[in-house]
Amino acid sequence: MNREELKNLADEHSRHLEGFTHHILVCAGLGCPDNEAIIAGLRRVVAEQHLDKQVLVRKAGCMGLCALGPIVLIQPGEITYHNVHPGDAEEIVAALGKEPVPRLLLSEDLPFFTRQYKNVLALSGRIDPESIEDYIAAGGYGSLLGVLTTMRPADVIRTVQESGLRGRGGAGYPTGLKWATVAKALGEKKFIICNGDEGDPGAFMDRSILESTPHAVLEGMIIAAYAVGANRGYIYVRAEYPLAVKRLQRAIHEAERKNLLGHAICGTSFDLTLQLRLGAGAFVCGEETALIASVEGRRGSPRPRPPYPAGKGLWGCPTLINNVETYANIAPIIRCGAEWFASIGTEQSKGTKVFALTGKIHNAGLVEVPMGMPLREIIFEIGGGIPDGHTFKGVQTGGPSGGCIPEEFLDAPVSYESLSALGSIMGSGGMIVIDETSSMIDVVKYFMEFCMEESCGKCAPCRTGTVQIHRLLTRFQERQATADDLAMLEELCDLLKSASLCGLGQSAPNPVLSSLRYFRQEYLDRMIPADTPGEANS
Amino acid sequence: MKKRRLATLWLDGCSGCHMSLLDTDERLLDLAAQVDMVFSPLADIKEFPEQVDVVCIEGAVSSAEDEARLHRARRHSKLLIAMGDCAVTGNIPAMRNVHGADAMLRSVYLEREPLQAQIPGTNLPPLRDKSLPLHHFVHVDLFIPGCPPAADTLFTALNGLLTGTADLRLDTRFGA
Amino acid sequence: MSDTILTLTIDGQPVSGLATETILQIARENKIDIPTLCYLEGLSAVGSCRLCMVEIEGSPKLHPACVTLIQEGMVVTTQTERLQGYRRNIVQLLFAERNHVCSVCVSNGHCELQELAHKLGVDHIAFPGCYPELEVDASHRRFVLDHNRCVLCTRCVRVCAEIEGAHTWDVKNRGMRSRIVADLDTPWGDSATCTGCGKCVHVCPTGALSEKGKSVAEMLKKRPSLPYLVANRTEERQ
Repeated sequence: MNREELKNLADEHSRHLEGFTHHILVCAGLGCPDNEAIIAGLRRVVAEQHLDKQVLVRKAGCMGLCALGPIVLIQPGEITYHNVHPGDAEEIVAALGKEPVPRLLLSEDLPFFTRQYKNVLALSGRIDPESIEDYIAAGGYGSLLGVLTTMRPADVIRTVQESGLRGRGGAGYPTGLKWATVAKALGEKKFIICNGDEGDPGAFMDRSILESTPHAVLEGMIIAAYAVGANRGYIYVRAEYPLAVKRLQRAIHEAERKNLLGHAICGTSFDLTLQLRLGAGAFVCGEETALIASVEGRRGSPRPRPPYPAGKGLWGCPTLINNVETYANIAPIIRCGAEWFASIGTEQSKGTKVFALTGKIHNAGLVEVPMGMPLREIIFEIGGGIPDGHTFKGVQTGGPSGGCIPEEFLDAPVSYESLSALGSIMGSGGMIVIDETSSMIDVVKYFMEFCMEESCGKCAPCRTGTVQIHRLLTRFQERQATADDLAMLEELCDLLKSASLCGLGQSAPNPVLSSLRYFRQEYLDRMIPADTPGEANS
Repeated sequence: MKKRRLATLWLDGCSGCHMSLLDTDERLLDLAAQVDMVFSPLADIKEFPEQVDVVCIEGAVSSAEDEARLHRARRHSKLLIAMGDCAVTGNIPAMRNVHGADAMLRSVYLEREPLQAQIPGTNLPPLRDKSLPLHHFVHVDLFIPGCPPAADTLFTALNGLLTGTADLRLDTRFGA
Repeated sequence: MSDTILTLTIDGQPVSGLATETILQIARENKIDIPTLCYLEGLSAVGSCRLCMVEIEGSPKLHPACVTLIQEGMVVTTQTERLQGYRRNIVQLLFAERNHVCSVCVSNGHCELQELAHKLGVDHIAFPGCYPELEVDASHRRFVLDHNRCVLCTRCVRVCAEIEGAHTWDVKNRGMRSRIVADLDTPWGDSATCTGCGKCVHVCPTGALSEKGKSVAEMLKKRPSLPYLVANRTEERQ
């Protein structure tokens, strides 16, 4: 395929789509109930009324507002229906081109829609994830063709560097720098890996991206492979994401058939084969060295860095490993330019970030906002605030590796720096909102239990320390804790943070530490007075 | 000089630590010159007295009675020494903690085809589910690990405490 | 590059070494004692026990000496109160994790964990014991594996895979449920790959692996001359 063929394909498919007067797009994410039945129902009604030539019913990726799902979008007109049931099909079809069904209608000027800045999620919910033609008609693979025909690898890397993009997996390492390192690393063979082992409780950004726009991830990966000189790659997805796996598999197959992947891509001398690898359910395999071990077929446990994967990664070869959302940012950066990307966000944190809003919040779902937006705006305007008349208590960012930010810091902008200054982390983008009915000790203990269960067991501090921290938190929960227990808790947190082998162990105490910082009184309230003889510490 | 009041207490242990204490041989006379033995399994005193200077405790805490005796000893003593591994780590008595007291009693008294299968219970303090070291209940001022700690170690420790040696460097370890 | 000689300071002492050598190697060469448990000369270093963590001037993080290569001008400190505190806590955590009863152990008096506690001044275990219910695998004709005493250092796994070439041992499960297993979790005696060489027994730092018939304190371990074996093999290959 060359640029002209790509353009022809895009035009042809666009004409096909424009041939319909109405498009009905149904959210077909894994999280929305009954969407298969809704699609089937709509198609049946359309067929019965002989509207096949005028109305196209399509499945689409996630539209973000999961709390009100399933969502159905009618084009033209940008009419959004919420909480749709299969039984609503006739009414929806009957209303096409007339007054929308008021019962199902969502106002289009909801802050949830108007305050977002969709870049990575721009095509999510707008195209059929299982159709490469849909992606191409929407401009997809244009960046790749541009890169292959007009840019040298060094130009691509410079563009990514100038964009200021930082890793979206959590640590925020500058993406361009990583690419430059891999590109310069000596080695005949180089690999590229996409980390789709999203495992934080409450996080579903990567899943949604993979389910909604798998080709966007592939395009980013192909461009990255070209830039660093890799010819083989792996997409590591957790097996708990069957729909993402299915759509990725299909996307790889379709891209290969269109010569966008495989041997001599688009007639150039560049080869790239991509394969899927499924994670077997270990959280630690999201850590890059553990992930690499898992791809190699070994036990998924981390190893000390350095050497970093950029120098010695998969099978000892230089390896570029980036997160799903990072790759999804690449094609837009190439298409719109580094300057455009760098104009969004803050000084140190550029671009947009996808967040998964969950917990005690009205509009639970997936949102994308420019970096630097205050937490308050995300939670109270886009997220619609706290339901059932309850009050906000805190928001946990970064999942089990992050911290809980209280009300007084809600005006802090979301960026790598500000969240880390608040004792939390950006993480991969999970935001769990907590209201006043939840005890911080319960929340923190939940995360510690997660870390304890998911510790790989390799290094002593994490394997044994998480067990003891969990036990101490139980003593607070049961109001049996003493001042000694509090001291021991802080000592153990410091040990894990300073001495654990990998990022998981090092960040496991973060929820405890941040709650001790902002909600210390809850711990103190659960201690027994110093002069009462304590229960046996067992 | 006023003699210091020394007590020793025997909880769930084999009495090996007390034997080791006696193993200090002729140095016992040096100790005797410095202390009054106000309570000990080696002396016939029924009630743990008040105003004790130093108490050496052997054994783990295995029953509610052990716990009560430990708390009384702590209340009435200035310095409390965990003497030997059972008092320091739980050691042998704590080996049952894996299964709990009940399972252990059933295994020993009922499931080994004894002549008269019964768990002894009359007039015996019931066992705690877990046998634990002293510091899980009270503050311990000095730990002397060892099974048993050598006589030399015990003498050095006691002599050091009585003469007020600030930095006690005891050459002993778990299991020693 | 590998023959470049670098100079650095460890605990105030000026020392030198090759760019391919680690802080631990150079420290030991110069009689500077850094405690270790998972590390054993001749086996690959995995940096998992975290006892050899040291401070390096200019770096906010701690570094495991066994896998950190020396650099020119490095200033390393190995014995600060902070580091000793972490080491004491790690040793105590290991004692609390499983059922270590020194007084009745075959390795009493010859155990690296016991010795570490002694050296670091650990005279009691601040953390409550976990008391897990663990198995003793006595199915092998000559050896015993007692999980109660295992610290998961994986020396046995590495010596079997890297030196003996059998790879009988590995680790199953994760976190606190991690266990050393023979083959695909068979009783040791049924292992089809075990050659019975006994290297695992002799590299084991505790009484977890021992010879049958040994009673309390009788299990003296003879560390096989791994560096010698490794050195000879490397020469052969060249």
